[in-house]
Amino acid sequence: MWEPLVAGLVQVFVPTHFILLFVGVFMGIVFGALPGLTATMGLALLVPFTFTMSPAAGLIMLAGIYVGAMYGDAIPAVLINTPGTPAAIATTFDGFPLTQKGLAQHGLVAAAFASSYGSLVANVVLATSAPPLAEFSLKFGPPEYFWLGIFGLTIIASLSSGSMAKGFLAGTVGLVLSAVGMAPIGGDVRLTFGFPELQAGIELIVALIGFFCLPEILSSVIGERRAAYTEKAVKPKFGVILEVIGALLKKPGLMLRSAVVGTVVGFAPGAGGNIASMVSYNEACRWDRHPDDFGKGTIKGVAASEAANSAMAPGSLIPLLTLGIPGSPPAAVILGALMLHGMRPGVELFTGHAGVTYAFIMGLLVAAFLVTLIGSFGSFIFARIINIPSRFLAPAIIFMTVLGSYAIRNNVLDIWIMFVFGIVGYISAKLKFHPAPIVLGLILGPFVEEGLVQSILAGQASGGIFRYMVFRPISLVLIALSVLSSLWPFYADWRARRRKTAGDARAGAREDENAI
Amino acid sequence: MKRSLIMLICLVGAMAISLPVQAAFPEKPITYQIPFGPGGQSDLEARRQQPLLEKGLGVKVVVQYKPGGGGSVGWADLVQQKPNGYFISGINIPHIILQPLARGNAGYETDQLVPIAFFQATPIGLAVLKNAPFKNLEDLVAYAKSNPGAVICGGSGTWSGHHIAHLQFGKMAGINMTYIPSKGAADSIAAFLGGHVKAVWANSNDLVQHADKIRVLAFGTKKPFAGMADVPTFESLGYKLYASIDRGAGAPPGTPDDVVKMLEDAFLSIARDPKIKEQMLKEGFVPLEMGHAESKAYIDNLIKEWAPVVKEFKK
Repeated sequence: MWEPLVAGLVQVFVPTHFILLFVGVFMGIVFGALPGLTATMGLALLVPFTFTMSPAAGLIMLAGIYVGAMYGDAIPAVLINTPGTPAAIATTFDGFPLTQKGLAQHGLVAAAFASSYGSLVANVVLATSAPPLAEFSLKFGPPEYFWLGIFGLTIIASLSSGSMAKGFLAGTVGLVLSAVGMAPIGGDVRLTFGFPELQAGIELIVALIGFFCLPEILSSVIGERRAAYTEKAVKPKFGVILEVIGALLKKPGLMLRSAVVGTVVGFAPGAGGNIASMVSYNEACRWDRHPDDFGKGTIKGVAASEAANSAMAPGSLIPLLTLGIPGSPPAAVILGALMLHGMRPGVELFTGHAGVTYAFIMGLLVAAFLVTLIGSFGSFIFARIINIPSRFLAPAIIFMTVLGSYAIRNNVLDIWIMFVFGIVGYISAKLKFHPAPIVLGLILGPFVEEGLVQSILAGQASGGIFRYMVFRPISLVLIALSVLSSLWPFYADWRARRRKTAGDARAGAREDENAI
Repeated sequence: MKRSLIMLICLVGAMAISLPVQAAFPEKPITYQIPFGPGGQSDLEARRQQPLLEKGLGVKVVVQYKPGGGGSVGWADLVQQKPNGYFISGINIPHIILQPLARGNAGYETDQLVPIAFFQATPIGLAVLKNAPFKNLEDLVAYAKSNPGAVICGGSGTWSGHHIAHLQFGKMAGINMTYIPSKGAADSIAAFLGGHVKAVWANSNDLVQHADKIRVLAFGTKKPFAGMADVPTFESLGYKLYASIDRGAGAPPGTPDDVVKMLEDAFLSIARDPKIKEQMLKEGFVPLEMGHAESKAYIDNLIKEWAPVVKEFKK
């Protein structure tokens, strides 16, 4: 089985192919980093160019873009609290606090290395065991999607540490916002208040920019951070790269778990990568020995999110390459590119076209290494961006957010929605609401709704909605997980209180090796 | 001297401004809007045409996305654009017909869209898995007759091509099957291959893609579908059901006829290219070469056919 892999690798290192891959990764990072430009757009833009190339060259370049974009979205997440794509939401949770501590470079390098790692693990899975996993992914029907969405929503319980009520309120707001526009099933148009543009619903990226980015800008203009965007200037050092990579390598459990979560979410068709980073971040908090570090700026949080969302990319290619079912929108573009080159996904891809297919898979693999390389050295430049004084940086960022909100759907209304969300986000941040549950509700709303309505329709036809939705092996597992996950905060609370009474003496003696 | 120089410059400037009125269309970049997200079949089709359109028209063609509402947001935008030919959009049948019929206010009316050309048809077929007990369409109809509502059919979207085909077929055959819509074709195919629905309404390219695992019972075409020539048409089995997703391009209302003609020629010359035709067939599509007038008549006919069906099933 090694032969085709080696042959693929040889293809990647053909000089022209390698240059294309490098250019692809670089372009992908740019597309990922600019909110409003997405990996999907980058890929679609390039499809006409790949026409004139050989299939291998074209697909290797597309591989570079996809992998690059999965890292690129972490750059604004870390620097300005704005996920470049929805997949990087959880990267902001610890990435931006790191930046505020003057450790932006730590965050960037952690994101780059974790991205590479996640991508690598998922690639190994893709290259070795795609067919059985793809078959398994088909077992997910409407009830499974519904319960998967419910499981995702239970993350709200732990995201809203502090006040559960506020978390649930925010989550509900998100679910209501997700109902704006056309119903995923049934096609009814809801809550548009007479704006035909609102038939399209609320775009996730617009909400992300509004809720995550604008409040930070506002507080940097209005608030105490008027002089400098962050409290501490960052001084990039070469040593940081080795320090961060070393620290992450000492956490094999965290890294592997995050990568596996990303891969699994990736190959479940339809699930999309947006929740991969949240689920993985949540699990990282849960299983860490020092859960209190999270949210305050730790590379562990950045790594958990980035390893997962980068693993999602090759993961979503598992059902694509074996069954022809794209697991994510970028995968759909890659499917189109394959078809344009006359390559039909399925067995044929791994036999008749094996040369090109393995060149593509190896392209993904090598691209993962390039991400660490470009990301590490790029961190010297990127990190310095936030040293720019607020009075220059804030207008530049606002300009980018307006451009980004518009570019995503060419819809002027989206700019206004972004501003409204920004102001709401600023006020709610002052009231100690975290925006994450809102966005989680917005992501999972349509997902849960689709699963529920389809289940009800199918359940009625097969004589029993309840039985249809519950008594299925995967459903039962997901229900159990949801229950455990929603009870966990109570358990964690109880454990913390017991520890406190038991070992007040030991408190404070904790080594600070993992503090960053 | 200075004054006359200024006068001269003004004069030349004024001429330069007034010149474009006489200048031939096109002379600046054309925006080709896709009312769906990047990566869909409409996008891929536009990407295939983009370099050839640029060659044919001699100006840059910019592909721009405006997704939402199953295309309606983009078409609502199209009808607001200046009718000068510099803003055109992909248009899809049956979407542009069924949305205004089913939704009331979709933001546009079907007759506002000026069709330029239709270049691709995607026949819709009804399929079951290879291991299903239904060997042909009659088996399925017979089973559905004795078990009303028990046959669950998947498909993509509500008031979409798949949905209307499902409703029409149910009516023609006198059977009651359950329709479960998905958000997109990829989702409904996955649900079908995973056995979560008994049958699926799907586009020919998806059916070709999964040909080795499925049995297509019939296609909604007039002639047998070239990609799977052994599959019967609904017509040959006694049902006058014609169903396909057709892709074309359209312009805003009031676009001058000569501009529409220029664009029509550019699109049709691509559609006639044997290499493009061959690519489409291989991917599971049927190439079309329908010009402006023919497209308009086609759309008007479909409105007449579907309006009563939507009225009947829309509560």
